[in-house]
Amino acid sequence: MLVMEKNFLQEEIEKLVETFGNSRSALIPILQEIQKKHHYISEFAQQEVARLLDIHPVEVYSVISFYAFLSSEPKGRNIVRLCQTITCDLAGKYSVAKAIERELGIAFGETTKDNRISLEYTNCVGMCDQGPAMLINDKVYTRLSPEKAVEIINEIK
Amino acid sequence: MEMKKNRQGAVLFSDYTRGKSIEKVVGMPRGDVLAEVKESKLKGRGGAGFPTATKWMLTAAAVAEKKYIICNADEGEPGTFKDRVLLDEYPALVFDGMVIGGYVTGAHEGILYLRGEYSYMKKGLENYLEEMRKDNLLGVNIAGKEGFNFDINIKMGSGAYICGEETALIESLEGQRGEPRNKPPFPVNTGFMGCPTAVNNVETLAAISHIVVKGGKWYQKYGTDKSSGSKLFSVSGDCKKPGVFELPWGTTITDLLKLVDADNVKAVQVGGASGVCIPKSQFDRKLAYEDAATGGSIMIFNESRDMLHILKNFMEFFVEESCGQCTPCRIGNVKLLEGVEMIESGNYTFSYITKLKELGQSMQVASKCGLGQSSPNSFLSILENFRDEIFNNGNGGVNVR
Repeated sequence: MLVMEKNFLQEEIEKLVETFGNSRSALIPILQEIQKKHHYISEFAQQEVARLLDIHPVEVYSVISFYAFLSSEPKGRNIVRLCQTITCDLAGKYSVAKAIERELGIAFGETTKDNRISLEYTNCVGMCDQGPAMLINDKVYTRLSPEKAVEIINEIK
Repeated sequence: MEMKKNRQGAVLFSDYTRGKSIEKVVGMPRGDVLAEVKESKLKGRGGAGFPTATKWMLTAAAVAEKKYIICNADEGEPGTFKDRVLLDEYPALVFDGMVIGGYVTGAHEGILYLRGEYSYMKKGLENYLEEMRKDNLLGVNIAGKEGFNFDINIKMGSGAYICGEETALIESLEGQRGEPRNKPPFPVNTGFMGCPTAVNNVETLAAISHIVVKGGKWYQKYGTDKSSGSKLFSVSGDCKKPGVFELPWGTTITDLLKLVDADNVKAVQVGGASGVCIPKSQFDRKLAYEDAATGGSIMIFNESRDMLHILKNFMEFFVEESCGQCTPCRIGNVKLLEGVEMIESGNYTFSYITKLKELGQSMQVASKCGLGQSSPNSFLSILENFRDEIFNNGNGGVNVR
């Protein structure tokens, strides 16, 4: 990481600690904000958060590794999460998944070369009455068909 | 996401104006409000069915400087989406219920723990809380009651099913991995930040708002003796009208299937992946705490479905979502999934499957929290109730390996 990038990130994390406080209970909200902006939480960010919250960096890593929506590995600018749980599965998840994979040329668990999209499966997103469903970042899309899903994905920048 | 207005229901979906229950309680002594809740016989709607009045009485009785009311909106059970509908369309019921909880227990702070998958709702809910503050339904001296201060914050989950378990939820709020705690102590004594905490399901709190306005007796009229009131059922799967339906407890599965227009039904999964799979021969069973209990999830499977495929999906779910803290759950679920895969590939012996069933029973007693205690339910019930289809050439032999 460049020194300048580090400085920016450091400043950003200091601001987050100002907003959420430096108690342990502020840890997850701080990580969620970093995740949202940078799409992952780098080692440097983990160390900075640990320093400001006065905990061991491994504590920060331990929390990140526990939660599915926090990541210590770089991800694409957009994260597509297709629901893999049973009602979405029975409603046609498989063909939707295949269509997305073909279109993007990557498999689930991978990121496109241009860093535009990371593709993941997720467990029940609470849209069982309108499946198959997927989340793109914070937004939810329902009643997907293979064509509709690809159309939505092609529109994201 | 689609919105459905004008839902029909006798209790939760009946008319309600924001603040009505709060305005009523501030004129009542705490004890009277609790008595009303007790009379309603309301039980926790997350699935465990603990009496709400008892939980609140214990929290109220605990002596501490700080207490908390937590609304558990981490609904992650496959097939459940009633909390999404309540928060999206009936936020007044939920938030007013939390304020009443604060009044009764003496808590000044409420936290809505919203699952990460529902982050698209956060902004709207925050705006709603702001409106409540403007109307003096949150903040200081609420509804003109001197010294009654209460406010609600929203905290987001980050994609962990286990955080729906109340102590795991509290761990998560404290900035830790969402690993369940040993009980006792229970959260009513030692909860969030070591303070007495009542953790209630979204639907429980919504019911409270109606109970306070219309009375415990009125609420008790609905449902059965042991399961009072109504329940929101999240219905999905093979039917023409999936969605959320409010029905009194005690409704039979057959009646529910008629309501949602489901044909050729082979099985109904009651209670989500951690619930039980009920075959056609038992469709006269009642949905109630004393019979087929559920936190609301009803998934319908028709004749064309392969029950082993469904079971595999459930076991994959639990292998991913087990927090890994205790051995029966961490290893047990992996072993059960392997067993399903062995059946799938035709590479199994009946004696090994019998051993796996025993393992499932051990998990039910030896796991630390509800996840591991209930995750073998679908394994045991599907292999038992659909043994003909899976092992014995039933179903015309289509699904036999």
